[in-house]
Amino acid sequence: MSGRLPRLWLALVYLLLYVPIAVLLLYSFNDARTGYRWGGWSLRWYRALFANDTLMDSLWNSLALAAAAATLATAIGALTAFALHRYRFRGRELMHGLLFVVMMSPEIVLAISLLALFLLVGLQLGFTSLLIAHLTFCLPFVVITVLARLAGFDARLLEAARDLGASEARALYTVLLPAILPALLAGWLLGFTLSLDDVVVSTFVGGPSYEVLPLRIYSMVRVGLKPEVNALGTLLLVFSLLALALSQLLLNKQKS
Amino acid sequence: MAEVALPPPRHRNLLRSALLGLSWGWLLALVLVPNLLVLAASLLNRDPTHFLQLPLTLDSYRRLLDPLYLRVFLDSLALALATTLGCLLLGYPFAWALSRIDGRWRPLLVFLLILPFWTNSLVRTYAIKQLLAANGPLNGALLALGLIDAPLELLYTQGAVILGLVYLLLPFMILPLYAVFEDLRPELLLASRDLGAGRLATFVHVLIPLTLPGILAGTLLVLLPALGMFYVADILGGARVLLVGNIIKNQFLDARDWPFGAAASILLTAAMALLLFAHRLARRRLRDGEAP
Repeated sequence: MSGRLPRLWLALVYLLLYVPIAVLLLYSFNDARTGYRWGGWSLRWYRALFANDTLMDSLWNSLALAAAAATLATAIGALTAFALHRYRFRGRELMHGLLFVVMMSPEIVLAISLLALFLLVGLQLGFTSLLIAHLTFCLPFVVITVLARLAGFDARLLEAARDLGASEARALYTVLLPAILPALLAGWLLGFTLSLDDVVVSTFVGGPSYEVLPLRIYSMVRVGLKPEVNALGTLLLVFSLLALALSQLLLNKQKS
Repeated sequence: MAEVALPPPRHRNLLRSALLGLSWGWLLALVLVPNLLVLAASLLNRDPTHFLQLPLTLDSYRRLLDPLYLRVFLDSLALALATTLGCLLLGYPFAWALSRIDGRWRPLLVFLLILPFWTNSLVRTYAIKQLLAANGPLNGALLALGLIDAPLELLYTQGAVILGLVYLLLPFMILPLYAVFEDLRPELLLASRDLGAGRLATFVHVLIPLTLPGILAGTLLVLLPALGMFYVADILGGARVLLVGNIIKNQFLDARDWPFGAAASILLTAAMALLLFAHRLARRRLRDGEAP
């Protein structure tokens, strides 16, 4: 049960995980249109990408939607986490349970339930419906992230602030907020990524007035191969790597 | 989750009411009510203009058992189970090996495991499509090595869909498994061997029960999404491979048969509840076993 085999297995799985990404990166610079033949290095797919107005429009739409959904989810989620952490109230277990259930529910179930709600209240499908839906699937992740951070927070600090004359709201703002900032950042980033990645929910609650990136890519790659998607994928990868690195940097700074 | 008992705030104040109101507000409006609506929709009749009409009926649930649909559901379930099994076979040894690696390297390796998750899953599905294409790099490599004479038809098959699903969902199987392997005390395995159990017996009677919560959590995180990720079946399976997700999507968005789509969705929710229950049971059994 020891020796080389475990390491070989690790290597095999990492190979499986990274070969498709390597193909994506490499092909984004391939001058040939399709196929495995290498046509030389070229930036033509990046040019094709930036010239594709509908694709670029959907990218900006998605970035705006993801930022809005993540920001709202972080604000509401943090407040919910705080309520769960600080107060003892009837139905607290139920609230925990509901959060867990939303997090575990298949996306498609969530999508259908929200579509039913939007149709019932007569909400036109578009930016607002997308925002509400994305907010919903981001929220539990933010709540859990912030709750985990709160569990390590020494509540006596809040009591001390109250004893020194701060109001509850002021104590929260000046003592608690800085302590949970890393969790807020992590929650925001997670929400942003989830929103940018979502296909299933947007398929159901999106409308023609606000096309998001995943749906645009979806309709592009359903039939045939579109090399500019490689260029887009590469840019998105670089973008998320930078965001991750930045958040790590901020978190480390917070610690020291 | 470990709860730290806090001293309660000195008096019930406005802030408390506002925060509780906000929390319950969104949970009710965005989770509870919409799900009740779906439940109601599954019990109504179909209406061509208004989607739904009275009276109440169990017709949609009966139609789920129609041999034609049942067949598709079972095929889809088989596909999702194959995906889960694939993730388990790849992920179980992986998680074990990872938990044995020198501690200095583990954070980096875990980071590398989650990194693909931060890239768009649609783009990654497309990468797989490109890899498997008739004139793609995999066929190219096999041809160049002389292993095959003509390109293999890899794309638009069940295998392609399973591969895509495994690729997208593997980290969700590995992470819970890794968590249980990290907490596993190796002495328990040694004790089993010392007491005369063979490798297989130790694996079946000691290792599997100890890691069962991880296996079930991973299954939960892989099986349910695998049932619903219709875009993977669309892109990698063509029109030939259907998941429950494809059926639900068709019923809602194309056929406009809401009651039937809602009933299928309730079925998925029930499957989730069942898995959650099994997971809880396994964890409780393990905890009770550990107690003196």
